[in-house]
Amino acid sequence: MKCTNLIEELSGYLDGALSAALRAELEEHLAKCKKCRIVVDTCKKTIDIYCNAEPVPLPEDTRSRLHSALREKLQQRRA
Amino acid sequence: MSAPKANPVNVTPAPAGAPPRGGVPAPVDDELQVVTAARAGDVSAFETLVNRYERKIFRLGMNITGSREDAEDVMQEAFLKAYEHLPEFEGNSRFYTWLVRIAVNQALMKLRKRRPNQVSLDEEIETGDDSFFRDVEDWGPSPAERYEQTQLHDILNEAISELDPSFRIVFQLRDIEEMSTEETADVLHLSVPAVKSRLLRARLKLRQKLNRYFRRSETP
Repeated sequence: MKCTNLIEELSGYLDGALSAALRAELEEHLAKCKKCRIVVDTCKKTIDIYCNAEPVPLPEDTRSRLHSALREKLQQRRA
Repeated sequence: MSAPKANPVNVTPAPAGAPPRGGVPAPVDDELQVVTAARAGDVSAFETLVNRYERKIFRLGMNITGSREDAEDVMQEAFLKAYEHLPEFEGNSRFYTWLVRIAVNQALMKLRKRRPNQVSLDEEIETGDDSFFRDVEDWGPSPAERYEQTQLHDILNEAISELDPSFRIVFQLRDIEEMSTEETADVLHLSVPAVKSRLLRARLKLRQKLNRYFRRSETP
């Protein structure tokens, strides 16, 4: 396997979606190639950082506009 | 535009001991009860749903449109539409998944309105690019911990906003909202191979963009 082949299979590897044979081939390459090990590791960390980041609280004025719009809609519904 | 039909969703449980993920709200035990009450006209129940998901829907809007103003509109329109179409929600999927579909449609409309000639989700994406091996440097064990929370949010927002919309939308749905490839393809009217290709490019490009902040040699 070449580095470019590993990149093509990277998402499948990170998602655990590869066949056992392909996975073994990829891991054999990773054991020998430091550059690819770093790409795999930092790519995995990229996904984890985004997934684990809690969204920031809404700015108070944004939140207030949202709730006013909803209240207005609910009042129209009742009327 | 009508709200999307709720489709059944396969939920794969996280492995035991897996850390909680901030992207997708953890299933809340009372969600079914709250949604049922909201459908029956209980306004406070609907407000509970809004309070529960407003931050995540706002972030989704920000990540897709790249604009705070548009994200606010997306969030408002998504909740208003959800309220309006709540009687059509059949409960075959989680309420949040249904809400995300509505919000994505609103965000895509915003994006197309703003950049009618620049946003095409189905255009061919260049492959065979070997630039992904540029800037290959170790990040160390916990790169995100080197930054304050606010600083980290700014870094993540900046990096994702620099991606092409067709990449960042797929990344948002697949990796942050944890939709399946098939579901993402369905929402975006793309083929499964197109979603896979965009996801790979999005992940690699984001990795490259974050590299300048997280590489071991970088001191915040």
